[in-house]
Amino acid sequence: MSQPLLEVKHLRVEFPTRRGTLVALDDVTFDIAPGEILGVVGESGAGKSLTGASIIGLLEPPGRIAAGEIWLEGGRIDDLPPDRMRAIRGRRIGAIFQDPLTSLNPLYTIGRQLVETIQTHLPLNAGDARARAIALLQETGIPAADARFDQYPHQFSGGMRQRVVIALALAAEPKLIVADEPTTALDVSIQAQIIALLKRTAKQHGAAVMLVTHDMGVIAEASDRVAVMYAGRIVEIGPVQQVIHQPAHPYTVGLMGSIPSMESARERLLQIDGAMPRLNAIPPGCAFNPRCPKVFERCRRERPDLLQAPSTRAACWLVGPSSEGVR
Amino acid sequence: MLAFVLRRLIQAVVVMLTVAFIAFMLFQYVGDPVTNLLGQDATPEQRQQLRADLGLDASFAVQFARFVGNAVRGEFGLSLRQGRKVSSLIVERFPATIELALSAAVIALAVGIPLGVYTALRRGRFGSQVFMTLSLLGVSLPTFLIGILLILVFAVLLKLLPSFGRGEVVMLGGWSTGWLTIDGWKHLVLPAITLAVFQLALIMRLVRAEMLEVLRTDYIKFARARGISDHAVYFGHALKNTLVPVITITGLQLGALIAFAIITETVFQWPGMGLLFIQAVQFADIPVMAAYLCLIALIFVLINLFVDLLYFAVDPRLRIERPATAH
Amino acid sequence: MSTTTTAISPAAKPGRWQRFLDSDLWFSFTHSPTAIIAAAIALVCVTCALFANWIAPHNPFDLATLDLMDARLPPAWEEGGSSKYVFGTDDQGRDILSALMYGSRISLFVGLASVALSMLIGVGLGLLSGFIGGAVDGFIMRVCDVMLSFPSILVALLIDGVGRALFPNAHESLAFSVLVIAIALTGWVQYARTVRGSTMVERNKEYVQAARVIGVAPLRVMFRHVLPNVLGPVLVLATIQIAGAIITEATLSFLGVGVPPTSPSLGTLIRIGQDFLFSGEWWITIFPGLMLVLIALSVNLLGDWLRDALNPRLR
Repeated sequence: MSQPLLEVKHLRVEFPTRRGTLVALDDVTFDIAPGEILGVVGESGAGKSLTGASIIGLLEPPGRIAAGEIWLEGGRIDDLPPDRMRAIRGRRIGAIFQDPLTSLNPLYTIGRQLVETIQTHLPLNAGDARARAIALLQETGIPAADARFDQYPHQFSGGMRQRVVIALALAAEPKLIVADEPTTALDVSIQAQIIALLKRTAKQHGAAVMLVTHDMGVIAEASDRVAVMYAGRIVEIGPVQQVIHQPAHPYTVGLMGSIPSMESARERLLQIDGAMPRLNAIPPGCAFNPRCPKVFERCRRERPDLLQAPSTRAACWLVGPSSEGVR
Repeated sequence: MLAFVLRRLIQAVVVMLTVAFIAFMLFQYVGDPVTNLLGQDATPEQRQQLRADLGLDASFAVQFARFVGNAVRGEFGLSLRQGRKVSSLIVERFPATIELALSAAVIALAVGIPLGVYTALRRGRFGSQVFMTLSLLGVSLPTFLIGILLILVFAVLLKLLPSFGRGEVVMLGGWSTGWLTIDGWKHLVLPAITLAVFQLALIMRLVRAEMLEVLRTDYIKFARARGISDHAVYFGHALKNTLVPVITITGLQLGALIAFAIITETVFQWPGMGLLFIQAVQFADIPVMAAYLCLIALIFVLINLFVDLLYFAVDPRLRIERPATAH
Repeated sequence: MSTTTTAISPAAKPGRWQRFLDSDLWFSFTHSPTAIIAAAIALVCVTCALFANWIAPHNPFDLATLDLMDARLPPAWEEGGSSKYVFGTDDQGRDILSALMYGSRISLFVGLASVALSMLIGVGLGLLSGFIGGAVDGFIMRVCDVMLSFPSILVALLIDGVGRALFPNAHESLAFSVLVIAIALTGWVQYARTVRGSTMVERNKEYVQAARVIGVAPLRVMFRHVLPNVLGPVLVLATIQIAGAIITEATLSFLGVGVPPTSPSLGTLIRIGQDFLFSGEWWITIFPGLMLVLIALSVNLLGDWLRDALNPRLR
């Protein structure tokens, strides 16, 4: 097994507030292999975006990494001084955010923004940088890239802008791209195009992708593996088809069951009662226990680690060699 | 763009007509228009003659039209207080006020903008706190009090600078300037600083607030995520976006400066239009008040127009008339 | 719960006072040293002003008590000063400290009255504009735009000047009214805009239409729902504007076109004092100046704190 590109180990992110410390990410552990696409799915507030922000080192204060480590290509990055981290951003880790409209500076041409990014990381002169920028635009499917190089963001439609954003993220050939809800702000018809584009260009450039979204359809379409997050923890992780068709964690079961499908006939959609707990009210033991249809005594006492299930790993006491609950 | 300019021009004309209307009402109905035009020493025969000439029994619209016609030519009759033509009084005093206002504007911008940027980028540092407190003081101290304090320190106690008048002026054609003599500058220092303080504090707080807003945007976050250097982020992206709205405000502030000069001119007995206006208000010298009003309105309208055009030059979003092309 | 007769009743809700003490607002206030100091200073100034009649050591406007022999005395701690006149006297023998208190009263009165009037006009026009919409709204907004582009001092001066011309021998209360109206008309625009915005949002909500169907006057319903929504920003505006109004009044009085000379405010006192700066009698102008600054500064600080405390984004 080749060394994983990204290793997140027991990441813990806290927000000190006047009413006490909120734990937003609790013991998050996962890997991403080179060239792989890992989907990270969960409800709003589950901690998906925070994980991405921690990895690129743009956690907004007062949030801070309280414990854990983040390793990139065998080197630790969570404790780097700011200027070293800045050198990594863009060059080794690229980022894509949700809203293409607000991701681009409205007062600069997209060409200028591209060239600036390229020249920050690569020793190219203006002419070469421009050529490279135009090549990137063409690659991401912008027609007449030469002419559009000098246009402003508001002259592009939403889908086009997101293509520009992808081009910007790939500009310095990063090995990892953190994509935070890249299609949520786009029309449904465009979403498929953008996801296909992301997959294709990532493969072509040999980059791994951490794809954060709440849309299971996107996950199913694009990821190799998927991690399900709940209340700041990973509750299940595994190859995407297994997680979708053979989920082990009751939350994942509920999540998959609540997605309408044209294939299977069902009377009613599954619904999970209750709501994800707020950060200041996370119950002891397993965070899902108040809502779990299969809860038992141990769930309320002890918090489970990710245990091996038949095809995935799930943080559930129903799973693993020492399971005692009802199956 | 042409449509825009046309629309603004029409607006400007409407505003001017409204102001002219108000001035006309002052002229006709507050006090005696005949006295306003002929002065207080006119004989009864002269008054009779003027009444007949003016046809004061003519319709309201006609009289208004005549007033506007006169106003456009700068004809506002005689000052009730001084007996001289209003237009020549104003022309005489105009350069003094303009030079004062411009000097203050330069000070306010040259000090206010950098301080605003500094306090935004170095939030929480001791220096920033000091400047923020000083700016609060600047906004809470009435202009006249600042003037008096400056007089107390620099003229009375230290005997360094003069405290009234303009000093030596040089005539350049019809324009009397104090900028060409040392004595003129010495007289200009205290009044210019006095006038500038309030605007300086406002600009500083505005720039700071704008910059903090800009630093929170997605495109700044995205720029950081691409590894752009702090310097480029702050002084390339953030500063440009900050200054765009600041431009409008500062343009309008120039108009405010000319108006606030009234106070400064009173404190320092600076022979400008403001002092003239105050004396007119104290004396109920209607022709002068009306003329000053129209002139100020004109200046404001012109500045507004200029600022709008400046916006066009700076913000590309306003320049494009065609909608964004399809994806 | 207790097993007495009220076994079914729920636990008593904490009273209003208790809720206030628990609120974020109070927490923010008690944890902000500047807000506390500002409030303390403001309280002292207001008390001095309100109770000037009883607290002031002298009555500077009772001509019978003035003694020209006591004119131009320096403050008590300087050579030549007397403890009878702590801050010294002016050229007519008036005690500066007492003049300060009486003057603050006038300044505060004009300031508060004009802000109250401003709020009334602004909120009223804003409600009208937002609720009726159409041409009325368009007209009012146009007026707002034009008024905003003129600096307040000019508007105040103009109205004051016109008032003087129309009523040359005005009664004192008329002069005050003109002054208050003049200052009020410089500040109403911001209230109008804020309230208009909220009104337009509320107007489109379904409960207004429902009320119309039932027959309840929508205006009454709007008052009950719009007003609470805008109270926050309006209050912040008012606090910030009080300082502005006080300064505007002081400026107008300094320029000689503010309060009538028989009731000098702090601005008038400063103007009187300026003539004596060069002869070294600085106290006649500096102490009123200091008082003015204290009042304006403390109110501004309170306004700043209030705005930050009520801003949901900063929490």
